[in-house]
Amino acid sequence: MWAMIVKEFRQVRRDRRTLAMMIVLPVLLLVVLGYAASFDVKTITVAASGPQAAIVSRQLKAPFDITVTAPGQGRAWAQNQLRDGKVEMAVVTGGSKPEVLIDGSQLFAARAALAALAALAHNGGGLPVTPNVTVLYNPGLTTSDIMIPGLCGVVLVFVGTIITSLGVVRERQSGTLEQLAVMPLRPADVFLGKIVPYFLVATVDLAIVLGVGIAIFGVPFRGSPAVFALGALLFLFVTLGFGVLISSVSQNQGQAIQLAMMTLLPQILLSGLIFPLTSIAAGVRWIAYFLPLTYFNQIARGVMLRAEPIGPLWQSFVFLGLLGVLVVTGATLRFRGYLAPAGREHGGPGGNKAVAHPQGASA
Amino acid sequence: MTGPAQWGASGIFVAYGKTVALADVSLSAPAGQVTAVVGGDGAGKTTLLRCLAGALAPDRGSVRRPPKERAGYLPASSGIYPDLTVTENLDFRATGYGMSRADARERAAAYLDRAGLAAAADRLAGQLSGGMRQKLAVIAAMLHQPELLVLDEPTTGVDPVSRSGLWWLIAHAAAQGCAVVLATTYLDDAERAASVLVLDAGIALASGTGEQIVAAMPGALREETARPADTTRAWRRGGRWRVWDPAGDAASVRPDLQDAVTVAALAAAAGQR
Repeated sequence: MWAMIVKEFRQVRRDRRTLAMMIVLPVLLLVVLGYAASFDVKTITVAASGPQAAIVSRQLKAPFDITVTAPGQGRAWAQNQLRDGKVEMAVVTGGSKPEVLIDGSQLFAARAALAALAALAHNGGGLPVTPNVTVLYNPGLTTSDIMIPGLCGVVLVFVGTIITSLGVVRERQSGTLEQLAVMPLRPADVFLGKIVPYFLVATVDLAIVLGVGIAIFGVPFRGSPAVFALGALLFLFVTLGFGVLISSVSQNQGQAIQLAMMTLLPQILLSGLIFPLTSIAAGVRWIAYFLPLTYFNQIARGVMLRAEPIGPLWQSFVFLGLLGVLVVTGATLRFRGYLAPAGREHGGPGGNKAVAHPQGASA
Repeated sequence: MTGPAQWGASGIFVAYGKTVALADVSLSAPAGQVTAVVGGDGAGKTTLLRCLAGALAPDRGSVRRPPKERAGYLPASSGIYPDLTVTENLDFRATGYGMSRADARERAAAYLDRAGLAAAADRLAGQLSGGMRQKLAVIAAMLHQPELLVLDEPTTGVDPVSRSGLWWLIAHAAAQGCAVVLATTYLDDAERAASVLVLDAGIALASGTGEQIVAAMPGALREETARPADTTRAWRRGGRWRVWDPAGDAASVRPDLQDAVTVAALAAAAGQR
């Protein structure tokens, strides 16, 4: 047994990345999750419309935060504010009673808003008359309705990042990457050839998950399938790029899985899928804006639940696109380094001391 | 270009960090001939072959090789996908080299048949024996009829019957005009080649035909039945000992390529090249 213990310690000591993950990751996760793990909604953003919008904005106190008032606007405008994700609650004045519209797709904010409204009614203050309250987009405040769109993204991350991350590293481990390097294939051909099959599998996966979500859990799909598909394709592009990037910096399949998991965990925990983004402490919330699932989640929930058009979602699309360009460029450059570098690359991540491009008939 | 193509390397220098893998090594690979690169572990054989195949750019020196489309390479790891069948592996290689499906199938069938792999065409490559997998790898490397075929230790760990099959494939490629360069640790493989380059610790110890290398061996060789007192210049051959005398001129035994290569290594180690 002693021999085994010594051997294991020697192996672990040489695998610095695993050692670092064993020691650093738990601490890192605890700190990040400690700050992230919060369902508490402290502020509810509100839009007020109609002739008494100004009065409402003066009377509504914390946790409500009136971010926009539009005395000249009516219910349709208020509803659009919710649909476009600009506010979590809207107060429409001008009728016999004010009407409160709550965005049910923001589950925790909606629950907090209902609780705050109930407290106001009980304690007095707030709105002068008890309003009519309508929860839009997820009237039953069903958890599955808000989880399924995001879970579609998680499925894509699984296929896109984890499975793809094994692809290149497997080629290197089996020695076939060197064979590819000397074949008359362009690096772009090899790169696309590697990701297209996963792309198709992930697309089928997405369709199945979406179908199951709609058929079994009754999740609505109110928006444009084209906008959703565009967001999903862009997201898939990023996750596949992440997979290849991870693969290109990993020495073996174990390391690739470790790294892929390191990108998966924060995406599940910090993207707004479970904890509302606004509830996550600002010190760690910034991480969310570098995670593709954050933007896919916004697109999927917006399109499926609120029928949000592409216009108000432009930021999510742009950031997703930027992430995609960044990740895929990085992955392509790494990949090119293995298949057709201009010069030599010593001690590459796979232990390949060098892979170089043939110089033609004469070098 | 006039005459047959002559591929090769000239003055190749490769270092991995502070470790010199190849120091000014040159090699000629004439069309229609088999050139063997022999040497022990760490001699620099694989590095030289990777340079020739285009998988590695040397720090200095030049490599003369055909474009990728007309070169074939068997890396030390065989380059075969274990989770594809024999036919699927060859299909992939043929498509990658732009061969027509019909040509590829016809040529693959002929090679598989000759190499005794026809019955295994639908088996996963990962389920083949070592010898069968090497034969498949060589077929894959030569399927597109390259002008330069670079084979890194194709016969290592292969049983004698499979080695015979492999040599048929190698000789067939050369007979069709291909310049074949193969690395090997087996001197009987090297003896089958038209010319030999002997490498040791990244340095070219000798080159030429087998006969030329033997003829150029310095000193003399004698054979003894008992273990000599000083074994620094002695080695066992069969049940006897060969002893090299650097200054001797009266040989009691006629050296062969194996003796000449061993002497070259001893001479290099002693700084007597």
